[in-house]
Amino acid sequence: MRTGNNNLTNRKLLVMGVFIAIGVIYLIRLFSLQVLDKHYKQLADNNALRFVTQYPARGKVYDRNGKLLVFNEAVYDLMVTPRQVNEAIKKDPLHPFDTVTFCHLLEIDKASFIERMNKAKNESYFKPSPFMTQVSKENFAHIAEMLYRFPGFFFQTRTVRHYPNAIAAHTLGDIGEISKNELEKDEENYYRQGDYIGKSGIEKSYEKELRGVKGLKVMMVDVHNREMGSFMEGELDKEPVAGKDLYLGLDAELQAYGEQLMVGKIGSIVAVEPSTGQILAFVTSPTYDPNLLVGRERGTHYNELKNDPMKPLINRAISGTYPPGSTFKTVVGLIAMQSGSITPATCFHCSGPGSMPIKCTHSHGSSPDFANAIMNSCNPYFYESFKTTINNPKFGNIKNGYDYWKDMTYKMGLGRKFNTDIPYERSGNIPSREYYDKMYGGQWNSVTIRSLGIGQGEVLVTPLQLCNIAALIANEGYYYPPHLIKCFGDTTAIPEVMTTKVDPGIDPKYVRTMKQGLRTVFSGPAGTARRYELKDIPQCGKTGTAQNPHGNYHSNFIAFAPYDNPKIALAVIIENGGYGATWAAPIASLMIEKYIRGYTVREDLEKRIMEGRISYKNER
Amino acid sequence: MNERNSIIGKIDWVTILIYLALVIIGWFSIFSAKYDEMHPSIFDLSQVYGKQLIWIGSSLLIGFVILLIDAKFFNAFSLWIYFFFLASLFVVLVYGKATNGATSWIELSANVKFQPSEFAKMATALALAGYLDRLDVDMQKRKDQIIAALLVLAPMALVLLQNDTGSAIVFVSFIFVLYREGFPGTGLVMVGGVVAILLFILTLVWSQKVMYIILGSLLVLTLTYYLITKRKGIFKMLGVFAFMFVFVFSVDYAFHKVLQTHQQNRILVMLGKLDDPKGVGYNVHQSKIAIGSGGFTGKGFLQGTQTKYDFVPEQHTDFIFCTVGEEGGFLGTALVVLLYVALLVRIILLAERQRSTFSRVYGYAIAGILFVHVAINIGMTIGLVPVIGIPLPFLSYGGSSMLAFTIMLAIFVKQDANRLNIL
Repeated sequence: MRTGNNNLTNRKLLVMGVFIAIGVIYLIRLFSLQVLDKHYKQLADNNALRFVTQYPARGKVYDRNGKLLVFNEAVYDLMVTPRQVNEAIKKDPLHPFDTVTFCHLLEIDKASFIERMNKAKNESYFKPSPFMTQVSKENFAHIAEMLYRFPGFFFQTRTVRHYPNAIAAHTLGDIGEISKNELEKDEENYYRQGDYIGKSGIEKSYEKELRGVKGLKVMMVDVHNREMGSFMEGELDKEPVAGKDLYLGLDAELQAYGEQLMVGKIGSIVAVEPSTGQILAFVTSPTYDPNLLVGRERGTHYNELKNDPMKPLINRAISGTYPPGSTFKTVVGLIAMQSGSITPATCFHCSGPGSMPIKCTHSHGSSPDFANAIMNSCNPYFYESFKTTINNPKFGNIKNGYDYWKDMTYKMGLGRKFNTDIPYERSGNIPSREYYDKMYGGQWNSVTIRSLGIGQGEVLVTPLQLCNIAALIANEGYYYPPHLIKCFGDTTAIPEVMTTKVDPGIDPKYVRTMKQGLRTVFSGPAGTARRYELKDIPQCGKTGTAQNPHGNYHSNFIAFAPYDNPKIALAVIIENGGYGATWAAPIASLMIEKYIRGYTVREDLEKRIMEGRISYKNER
Repeated sequence: MNERNSIIGKIDWVTILIYLALVIIGWFSIFSAKYDEMHPSIFDLSQVYGKQLIWIGSSLLIGFVILLIDAKFFNAFSLWIYFFFLASLFVVLVYGKATNGATSWIELSANVKFQPSEFAKMATALALAGYLDRLDVDMQKRKDQIIAALLVLAPMALVLLQNDTGSAIVFVSFIFVLYREGFPGTGLVMVGGVVAILLFILTLVWSQKVMYIILGSLLVLTLTYYLITKRKGIFKMLGVFAFMFVFVFSVDYAFHKVLQTHQQNRILVMLGKLDDPKGVGYNVHQSKIAIGSGGFTGKGFLQGTQTKYDFVPEQHTDFIFCTVGEEGGFLGTALVVLLYVALLVRIILLAERQRSTFSRVYGYAIAGILFVHVAINIGMTIGLVPVIGIPLPFLSYGGSSMLAFTIMLAIFVKQDANRLNIL
């Protein structure tokens, strides 16, 4: 068939007729819908909708014994929808927006009013943005009464954090308005400008659990800014889901006690429960009252703290990296025994202050065995142990030996982050073989890097890592990655990484030898911490006196107790405190006593420590 | 004169200009519907409006290439194209990705998805045109009728199997072509279809019993009339009534047993039987508020309040007409409706001036396809048609539909430009 005949050609009329008829029907329908029917216009126009975000209550935080550490207090944010303000002015030009009264009510000047209004317009013309945040309860009642005169404005309730005990500021962390950067990274698109988000501490690591899920209430609002009730009977509303409560491993009393002990000193105390890895005390000094970083004065206080030369905002427990000094001999000794390079019976010669290449600062017999060396903290013994390990013929050459040694320290939790629930952790430093190759042009041996054997030189650790070494020895060979959380308020499981045992692969019999050695540091006749021995609590420990570029020695100590079934393991570092036995050891011993006994009996010692002040000349 | 220069003079610029106007209205509407203060540029490629620009650009490019291709190509390869897309419909059934209950997408990579059903309509139009163009084909022969019907029904069935009812309904549009080409009974089917739709609606609105009473009284009146006037064909008339009774009976059965609950609800809402502004009726309710609040002149570009709050789901795809209605008012909606009517009438007029059956059939086919899309989509936003998820040609957001409709139209424009070369 080539062309249609005339009969069929006429059929185009019917087809076009159908097209045109439908077009006409639709035009009529549209005309009635859009022009004749005012009903839809009323629905859309007169009842502006107000989208009120329902902020969930942020989860509360408790210590390990259920003592309240963080709770919420209500504050009120005055919100504005710029479009509704302008519409209202347009609709009713006889009653213009009374800026004077409004400014008077809020106790702001006109310039500030315009600035805030412009900021809100820049956020969004259509959606509400905060005009004035955290209005106090008293002002709220007063303003809310008058608000009907100012269309486009309404209050939104929100909560801020409050800390009844004013302890553990760094651990608890804080919340603050979300930054532009954080907004951009928010892939779920959950947050809005002006929302609060955990900025540090557990507020940051458990942001998702603590915050809950925002709800939404869609309200109809008439031209007089009065809420006319729920839109569509609340069908679009979403109830907020409250945040989860959090129980920390922290012991509030021990934490407070630690903070008291540290007054006037710069440094840190970290205590964990060896059987779980839960952090019992997380002290950094100097510290501050967490309530300072709440409310409208947050900015001012934050700047004051930031500019303080003692840098109280730094959490030294995780971001201070220190030379471990003699506490590191535990690590060196364990690796030496595990690699088969020494046995507990191995003796090395010590010529006291005349030893080469590292002199000894302690007086003891001239040829100590392992037990003797750890009790007396003999430098030559551990230098030799380190040397024998990396020179061990089974590794082929010293560089392979060094790789083995570094790998072992890594498995023991050094030179890396634990990545549990503590934000801003630092890795410390165990240098790599490549680092030394570069530094010494490939020509280096055990003498070149001898300082590592006694915890000096390039090696740097955080107090948290050091505490973990104490826990590892207390447990006779394994540890749980140290973490802050104990459990959630509901049955949610805590992340697996925190409940997974880590075994660096050191034979428990060697760790037991080390443990016995650390016991003699308190109990032995020449033990470096014998002055702090308690009859009823068998303590173990190791002193460290670390040279550093900032002045006097750092006073370091690791400890755990009781010997048989350790309940607490800790590390103490007092910057420029001198000998390990001077400050760090007694602080550790007092912490142990406080935790295990619940009270302390050594009043004189406690008084000396609490009232003791170390003078710091340099800026930290 | 060289081929390339001549094409500019020969193409139908009216069609092209209407097309461009619709595409630009669509792009600005998408921008307005999805406007985000953080991304205020219409060219922002991270946003849907930026992406739509890419689709528009690539559509224009491909459309231009089609204008350069030899017009005979599409006739010659019509069956190949048809079978290619028939095969891809099969592939979708097996490997497809389900969106909104329908399995109609093929995922080529993480970012590139494509919807063969959008292209299958065009391929069917080509195949039907190619088949009817053959000299040995006669619409009065039973065998040829069956083959023509199968060409349409095969892809329709596959799309139905994908659970994509909306796209399947579009294949009904081929009735216009068949009617125009003298396929017997199509006129009756069209009239019968209208009667059937009326019976269907009335049965659901008034219930079966009422319908039996009405049909019964009609039957008595007709029989009386026939007996008194002694006209012939009384048995034919009895047959028609019998059929209507059976139809009314089966409507009730089909509605409750065959249709799925959400489809039942959509129909009931449209019929006003079910008042449900929260559930199924929500979209339509919000859509009507948005369009209705536009008034005569509209609220102005980017000034829509209803469309700014994501009231209407799928605002930028199936419900893009709401944005036109809210921000452009009656002037805007009338303009768009008139542009579509003008385009459809233009295509029919162009189709009638073709010398080849291929071009004419193809023109009628695409006019029908566009018509069904437009009628269903706009009808749904103004509450005249149940909610069926098919895009508004040239306006809705989406790569597959933009490309498919552009290619479809470009092929026709090319055929038209080439009409004088056909002897």
